[in-house]
Amino acid sequence: MSYLGNLKKTFKLKYCVNYIGIAAFLILMIILSSTGMLSRSFINLLPKIAYSIILAVSLNLVVGFLGELSLGHAGFMCVGAYLGCYLSLFLNTYIENTFVCFLVSMLAGGVFAAIFGFIIGLPALRLKGDYLAIVTLAFGEIVRNVFKNLPMFGGAMGLKTDSIKIKSSTLYIVSFILVLAVLFLIQNLIRSKHGRAITAIRDNEIAAKAMGVNVTFYKLFVFVIAAFFAGVAGVIYGHYYTPIIYTTFDYNYSIEILVMVVIGGIGSISGSIIAAALITYINFVLQNNLSGDLAAVRLLVYAVILIVVVIFNNAPALKPIKEKINVKAFSNKIFKKKASTITDDDVAWNRIESKINMDELLSVDVKPTDNTPDKPTKEDK
Amino acid sequence: MSILLDGLSLGAVYALIALGYTMVYGIAKMLNFAHGDVIMVGAYAIYSTLMLNTNPFIAIAVSIVVCTVTGIVIEKFAYKPLRGASPLAVLITAIGVSNLLQGIAQLIFGSTSRSFIIANFGTVKIFGSEISVGTILTLIVGAIIMVSLTLFVKKTRTGRAMLAVSEDSGAARLMGVNVDRIIMTTFAIGSALAAFASLFYIIRIPSTTPTLGAMPGIKAFTAAVIGGIGSIPGAMLGGILLGVIEQICKNNPHVEAYTTAIEFCLLIIILLVKPVGLLGKRRREKV
Repeated sequence: MSYLGNLKKTFKLKYCVNYIGIAAFLILMIILSSTGMLSRSFINLLPKIAYSIILAVSLNLVVGFLGELSLGHAGFMCVGAYLGCYLSLFLNTYIENTFVCFLVSMLAGGVFAAIFGFIIGLPALRLKGDYLAIVTLAFGEIVRNVFKNLPMFGGAMGLKTDSIKIKSSTLYIVSFILVLAVLFLIQNLIRSKHGRAITAIRDNEIAAKAMGVNVTFYKLFVFVIAAFFAGVAGVIYGHYYTPIIYTTFDYNYSIEILVMVVIGGIGSISGSIIAAALITYINFVLQNNLSGDLAAVRLLVYAVILIVVVIFNNAPALKPIKEKINVKAFSNKIFKKKASTITDDDVAWNRIESKINMDELLSVDVKPTDNTPDKPTKEDK
Repeated sequence: MSILLDGLSLGAVYALIALGYTMVYGIAKMLNFAHGDVIMVGAYAIYSTLMLNTNPFIAIAVSIVVCTVTGIVIEKFAYKPLRGASPLAVLITAIGVSNLLQGIAQLIFGSTSRSFIIANFGTVKIFGSEISVGTILTLIVGAIIMVSLTLFVKKTRTGRAMLAVSEDSGAARLMGVNVDRIIMTTFAIGSALAAFASLFYIIRIPSTTPTLGAMPGIKAFTAAVIGGIGSIPGAMLGGILLGVIEQICKNNPHVEAYTTAIEFCLLIIILLVKPVGLLGKRRREKV
C-alpha cells in the first residue's frame, strides 16, 4: 500500500509534465520521420538536442540546486567523450554490434567523468562561489590541454570515431530514451531527502550544517552526479560526431550550457529542457543562414539575452515591476484563485487558544524598585 | 637570462591585468569577467588609430580613453543595477558582457586576425644575451605603473576611500564616502590599466583578434587568485610568478605542450593549500 502511495507520488501529474513532454516529442518525431516529413538535416540535429538537454539539466543540478557556479561542464563532457569513445573503439574490435559498444561505453564514460568530478569536487569542499567557478574553469582548460597533447587520442587532429558512428535516425531515439532516464533520476533525486538537503545547502550553508546536513558529502555528491551525466552526454556526442576534437569543449561551450540554464530559469528543470532544445535549434538555424562574420550576431544576441534576463530577474530596483507582470499571479487572477494562502494551516492556527497573551506581557511596566543593588542605600553609608 | 627577463615582462603584463581584476573584486566584491575583453577593445583601439594616424603615442592615448569609457559604461549599465543581488547573478552578467564585447568586435572587425606593428624595437645585448627593447620597456613602464598605483592607493584621498570601501562599504558610506563614485573610479582605473596591458601584449604578439583578451584574461585572473584576490601586492606577485613559470615551461621542450595545464594545476594546488591565495586575507564567515 505504501509502495503504491510512493508510486503515486512519483508519477504525480505535476512532476510528469517533463516525461510526457519528452515522450510526446519523441513519438511525434518517430511518426514524422517514418512518414518522411522530416528533412535529413533536422534528424541529424535531434541527437544534439538530446545531449544538450542532458547537459543543461545536469548543470542545473549544480547551479540551480546546489547553488555553486560551475564553468567546467564542457570539461566533464570532454572526459566522457574521449575516454568513453576510446573504450567503444576498443570494444568494437571484439564486438561487431556498435550499439552494444555504445551502451557499455556510455556507462564507462559517465563513470570516468564522475571520477574527474570527484577530483574536482575535492577542492570544491574548501572553496565556494567565485573561487570555485575559477577552479572549474581551470579544470576545463587543463582537460582540453591534456587531451590535445596525448597521441593516444589522436592529438591535435582529434579522435576519429567513424567506425563506431551510429546513424542519427536511430541514435536520436536512444538518446531521447536516455533523456527520459536522466530526468527520472534527477527529478527523483531532487524530491528525495537528499534533494532537500542539497537545496538547504544552497539556501543557507551554515544553517544546513547546523541542522545536521553533511555539507561535504552532498557537495561532492552533486558534483559527481552532474559530471556523470555530462560524461554520458559526451559519449553520445562521440557516437554522433567525428572526430572528437578538443576545440569543441572550450570555455565558450561551458558558457553556452550555462546560458541554457539561465535562460530556462535557474532551478527549473522544465525550463532547462525547453531552453536547451530551443537554443540548439536556433543555433542550427542561424548557423545555416549566417555565414562568416555575421555568425557574431549569434554571440551578440545570446549575450544581450543573458544580461537582460539576469538583470530583470535579480535587480533589486526592478522587483516591483517584476511582481506586476508575474505570470503566475496573472493566471491566478484569470482563474480567480486567491494568491497562495495556506488556508488549512490558517484554520488550525486560529483554533489553538494561545495561552500567553503577548500584549499583556509587553505592557508590563517594570518599575524600578527601591532595593536595587546598584543604588547605595543609606545603611551602607 | 633572456628567458627570465622575458618571463618577467610577460609577468608584468599579467600583473597589470590582474590588478584590474583584484581592485574590482576588492571594492565591488565581484569578478569582472569582461576585464579580459577590455584588453581586446584596447588593442582594437590602437589598431584603428594606427590606421588613421601613424603616431603611436596618439594611439596609446586613444586606447586608454576608449578602455576607460568602456569600463565605466559596462559598470553603469550591467553591474550597477545588480548591486546587492546574489554573486551568482553578477558573475553570469559579467560573462554575458564578455560575450557581448567579443560579438561587437567580431561584427566590426571580423574574426580574422589583424596584424600590425606599433613601433620597431631593436634588440640590445645584456650579459651576452639578446633582449628586445620592447621587453625592457614593458618591465620599466610596468614597474612605474605598479609603484604609482600603490602610492595612489596609500597616499591620496580617493585611494584611501577605496581602501575604506573594500574594508567595509557600509561603514565607508556612513563616513561620507560616495561608494558609487568610488566603484566607478575603480572600474575606470582598472580599465586604464587594461589599456596599458593591451599595449604591452601587442608589443609581444603584434596582431589582434576578437578573442585576444580571453586567454590572457583568464590567466591574469588565475594570477590574481594565486596572489590572493583583493590584494594589490598579491596581484603583482601572482602575475610575475605566472609569467616566469609560463616562459620557463615554454622554453622546455618536454613540457612545452602542457604549459596551460601546468599553470592551471598550480592554481588548483595553491587554492587547496591556501584557499585565499598567497597574500589574501582570510575572512571569517558570519551567520
